[in-house]
Amino acid sequence: MTTRPAADENLAAKLPDETLRKWLRDMLLIREFEVRTMQAYQNRLIGGFCHIYVGQEAVAVGALAALEPTDPIITAYRDHGHALARGMDPKYCMAEMFGRIGGCAKGKGGSMHMFDKPHHMYGGHGIVGAQCPLAAGLAFARKYTDEVIENRASTGVAMCFLGDGALNQGAFHEAMNLAGVLHLPVIYVVENNGYAMGTSVARGTTMAHELTAKAAAYGIDATSLDGMDVMEVYNGMKPIVDRCRRSVQPAFVEARTYRYKGHSMSDPRKYRTKDEEQQYEAQDPIEKLAGFLMSERKFAEADYDSLAKAVRTQVREARQWTDLSPPPDIEELYTDVYADAWGPYHGTSLPLMMKDTQQE
Amino acid sequence: MANLTLVQAINLALIQEMERDDRIILLGEDIGRNGGVFRVTEGLYKRFGAERVVDTPLAESGIVGTSIGLAMAGLRPVPEIQFEGFLAPAFDQICTHAARMRSRTRGALTVPLTLRVPVGGGIHAPELHSDSPEAFFAHQPGIKVVMPASPYDAKGLLISAIRDPDPVIFFEPKRLYRAFREEVPEDEYTIPLGKARVVTEGDELTIISWGAPVVQCMNAIESSGKSIELIDLRTIDPLDTQTIVNSARKTGRVVIVHEAPKNCGLGAEIASRIMEHCFLYLEAPIQRVTGFDTTMPYYKMELEYLPEAERIGKAIEEVAAY
Ligand SMILES: Cc1ncc(C[n+]2csc(CCOP(=O)(O)OP(=O)(O)O)c2C)c(N)n1
Ligand SMILES: [Mg+2]
Repeated sequence: MTTRPAADENLAAKLPDETLRKWLRDMLLIREFEVRTMQAYQNRLIGGFCHIYVGQEAVAVGALAALEPTDPIITAYRDHGHALARGMDPKYCMAEMFGRIGGCAKGKGGSMHMFDKPHHMYGGHGIVGAQCPLAAGLAFARKYTDEVIENRASTGVAMCFLGDGALNQGAFHEAMNLAGVLHLPVIYVVENNGYAMGTSVARGTTMAHELTAKAAAYGIDATSLDGMDVMEVYNGMKPIVDRCRRSVQPAFVEARTYRYKGHSMSDPRKYRTKDEEQQYEAQDPIEKLAGFLMSERKFAEADYDSLAKAVRTQVREARQWTDLSPPPDIEELYTDVYADAWGPYHGTSLPLMMKDTQQE
Repeated sequence: MANLTLVQAINLALIQEMERDDRIILLGEDIGRNGGVFRVTEGLYKRFGAERVVDTPLAESGIVGTSIGLAMAGLRPVPEIQFEGFLAPAFDQICTHAARMRSRTRGALTVPLTLRVPVGGGIHAPELHSDSPEAFFAHQPGIKVVMPASPYDAKGLLISAIRDPDPVIFFEPKRLYRAFREEVPEDEYTIPLGKARVVTEGDELTIISWGAPVVQCMNAIESSGKSIELIDLRTIDPLDTQTIVNSARKTGRVVIVHEAPKNCGLGAEIASRIMEHCFLYLEAPIQRVTGFDTTMPYYKMELEYLPEAERIGKAIEEVAAY
């Protein structure tokens, strides 16, 4: 295994304006969406647990930019950002958190239950680390379909996002080993935001100063990159994705990032200092990309403002759509448990989102 | 005496037991410096130090497995799992080691650990944070399962669990953590495991329940105006068959109430024991008021899912009128 330096080359700087603007727009959309989500939570329109992605936008946006849109992705419960970056219409995401039938899981799951099969986004999972073996399976399926069923070279890569806390779960280690032994094209992306709830990464895991060491035992290539800079994320990730796809091998990536907000909506954040928070907020990924566009790409304040306005409108419309979507009927408790109707069960009916997408 | 919530009663029991017995070690995620997600272990880290209140990595299988090792070596670990849904990664250790070590070694090795686990719904949490998996563990021989429904019982039962020579899963109903206060003696006392509590005496009908629904049952009984005997099991395994049988023979009418899904829930076991012992005394078919045989829904529907007083009241009417 090798620990590779991140970003040999500034690939992102060679991309066209429209691509970089799209990244900025996606990050702005996630931020605006999350700000409105927090407000709705405070107004008791959203309940349960709600994990906010603000601060980490560059990781989802930069990493997904390095993939093909058909490459499967999966994550844990801090999932709104990944769903939106993958292209889920914010209205389905918002409606889910409001517990409305129009939500991507029919309003029966909530914040941790973002699924978007049409966009190859496989969730949204509440048990820390338990998504890691699923990602190995998603990669395995792509490889098998290509090599065994289609009789051609493997073409897919699966990407699995996990938190630094998930590194301590057995499921993560079993998945890494399995991916290594079976040569599965899966990339484990650790979003190291410094904390697992109130436990700092150094208190929670060994080799916290060099998380790439975790991959060494499995013979898996590992890279550490700056997750607060979307261009750096892309620069680091793109060669890894290409290599995994070509060589049909797993990889491990640490993206160093920070969650600006609490772990969930009820977290007084006593385990860290205001100073530390401000230090990270000062390296804001959105401002960084906007700064690059302004200095290098003739992007003006007015362009920024119009993007910001566009996402505000989009999120407002998502909210209006949500308000019009009714809560699920009580009978929904017995829907989607089994495929067939039997006993008390009503069989399965797809979420509206999938019916909409099928029509498109 | 102090007027305590269930959280405070557990906190007090832990402090008193730790002061009495330095073999007791607490382990869990964020239980030390942060006092735990539900703040049950608040202040214990300061009081007993990092050696005895151990903040662990995010690793349930590791937490429980390590605790089993500690217990096999003669210590008294009291690990915490943050929510019942996270028992899943630890299920292996609980069922393959904790529950079987005594019988596997014919008594040479034992596992006196108490696994504290917040359980159940009613706090606006999603699935895996609102479930009631007590029947999974009752089904596994070798492990005891306890669930208090009041601050007083919580303290006495927890002390008994910690002192018990066998592994105990101590389920703490989240919905009751801060729901009400009760007089709880400062002095130590124990409540024996395996003994149910008769909450209200009555002769028209028996309700059997445990955990958070006990409170819903009390509300339903009050509005029914009937003479109803309410039994709070307190310990789910071993089950206090005698208390159940005595009451069922007296009233001849039984309603069982639990949060977990109905299919293969504990209600089925209880109903079956009543059939074995009280067949000729019964005046009506036993009814079960339970969660549904589905995954716990988003919080906006959770009160439909949980056995609330209204549904219990309906069952009371039907069984009483049969
Ligand atoms: C198996 C399991 N244990 C505990 C939890 C409770 N829990 C939810 S998130 C979390 C912290 C996870 O931290 P990390 O993996 O770093 O992800 P982050 O929240 O920072 O995105 C914990 C302990 C859980 N969901 N699943
Ligand atoms: Mg983290």
